[in-house]
Amino acid sequence: MGMTIVEKILARASGLQSVKAGDVVEPAVDVAMSHENAALVINQFFEVFKGTGIEPKVWDPDKIAIIFDHRVPAESAKTATNQKKIRDFVRANKISRFHDIRSDEGGICHQILAEYGYVKPGYVVVGTDSHTTTHGAFGAFAFGIGATEMASVWTLGSILNVEVPETIKVVVNGKFKKNVFPKDLILYLIGKITAQGANFKVIEFHGEAIKNMPMSGRLVLCNMSVEAGATSGIVPPDEETVRYLREAGVEEELNFLLPDEDAKYSQIVEIDASELTPQIAKPHTVDNVKPISEVEKVHIDQIVIGSCTNGRIDDLEIAAKILKGKKVAAGTRMLIFPASWRIYKEALAKGYLQTFTEAGAVIMNPGCGCCLGVHQGALGDGEVALSTTNRNFKGRMGNPKAEVYLCSPAVAAASAITGVITEPNIGD
Amino acid sequence: MPKVIFKFDNDVSTDTIYPGRYMATVLPTETPQYCFADYTELNAKLNSGEYKGGVIIAGENFGCGSSREQAASTILGHNLIVIAKSVARIFMQNAVNLGLELITCPTIEAEIGDEIEILPDKVINKSTGKEFEIIPLPPARKAIIEAGGLIPYTRKRLLEKMK
Repeated sequence: MGMTIVEKILARASGLQSVKAGDVVEPAVDVAMSHENAALVINQFFEVFKGTGIEPKVWDPDKIAIIFDHRVPAESAKTATNQKKIRDFVRANKISRFHDIRSDEGGICHQILAEYGYVKPGYVVVGTDSHTTTHGAFGAFAFGIGATEMASVWTLGSILNVEVPETIKVVVNGKFKKNVFPKDLILYLIGKITAQGANFKVIEFHGEAIKNMPMSGRLVLCNMSVEAGATSGIVPPDEETVRYLREAGVEEELNFLLPDEDAKYSQIVEIDASELTPQIAKPHTVDNVKPISEVEKVHIDQIVIGSCTNGRIDDLEIAAKILKGKKVAAGTRMLIFPASWRIYKEALAKGYLQTFTEAGAVIMNPGCGCCLGVHQGALGDGEVALSTTNRNFKGRMGNPKAEVYLCSPAVAAASAITGVITEPNIGD
Repeated sequence: MPKVIFKFDNDVSTDTIYPGRYMATVLPTETPQYCFADYTELNAKLNSGEYKGGVIIAGENFGCGSSREQAASTILGHNLIVIAKSVARIFMQNAVNLGLELITCPTIEAEIGDEIEILPDKVINKSTGKEFEIIPLPPARKAIIEAGGLIPYTRKRLLEKMK
């Protein structure tokens, strides 16, 4: 019987001819990514070696990536001490892919992995971050794990006891209407299959709308696949994958693993992109999705554009186009945090940051920023945020007495001008 | 016999279990103090020791969201048992890796104060006399539990590899 992409990747990484959903394997890891929670990974890593008489040593310092993004620059002595501990470990273990709090190399971990071409088709990628699913955009099997599991990977170079997941095939045909974006597609899909609709499963994206979608959009789809519970999202690699990776400086030959025609899927979902309208995820679950026409025009206290989901240059470009010569409504504040310093500098060169500051928006340094409400941009009691980030759980932006709505960058920018949830209307 | 101390609805996220603002605290010895921090009364009774070893009943998709392992270690620190209708993948894996008792029981019916008996294949609500079937953990995860968690399991594998 044929195999899905993930079955092929897991067979390759486990040294097997073939695998099928339900098999238990121990795949070798190609990229192991962590951010500030490496502080806990380091602790667990030393625990593993305790009493063995073996000197603690990571299996391959060139396959580990550590990127500071969750609290940059440090908001507290505790975070700063964690970051210092991680820097010391990085130096002692000669970990080569380390991205510190610097404007010449920094950014959100998932954007950095993409920009630096660390992830290639067919790879097994694990990260101590649930949005590691993002890297399925490159045709890799990429998923989030906990810190202890990462300590195990750092020790052995493989993931122990992985069950080969089933795959849901999502086929998206048709052309997006104006003002409708990959974010709207993924919100619609999560609303349709629910927040646990893909739990323990992989979502494989197919169809002409995916084929025609640039890498930035594929990253959005795979990033938010985890919000449907998916172990990973994945897009079959093609010319667009090659284009992006070549631009990222990858010179080596790329090996595509593609699904077989007769691969077995647990479910097939078909979506016509041309029927989609802008979508909103209402509080407090990501699957509480409605078309914007059915969402009340609630007042927004804080608009947020940024994150590993929608903080890329094309997101800022759309927002700048809408905000050019306009003002953020009185009584509304707007926070923008680009996903990396490379994007920040490109937005600066293209004049987007000028447009945003003239409109009254606050530009923040690249990082996870207000997405998880630990560092900047927390909400007050009873306040409402409209955000291009990926989660709207109770308490997500630092306050369980506040509400978060999720949307595309176009909706966020249009709503910043009016101060209420507003449908964008970008002309040609 | 353990008693139900709290009941949650569906989609309890890791932001509810261990709010993001405490994420700089990582060590399993320190995380228990922030368990369900936004539920102030529950958190206080956990920290006073009153609820130690109690049972939490939850709906579908318990532990959805982030991969933060603090969400498992914070519950484990109070020796709580979680019985949920379904559990999100990363949280389940973290629970298994750390040795948190996490039971998937799609039909569970229990109220606060009910006494719960847990058997290998079922949960018995002693207060109502009703029995509920458990969905067993996949065999791949059982091997980790039998080794006493992922750290001892990895240590064993490391020693085998070095031989």
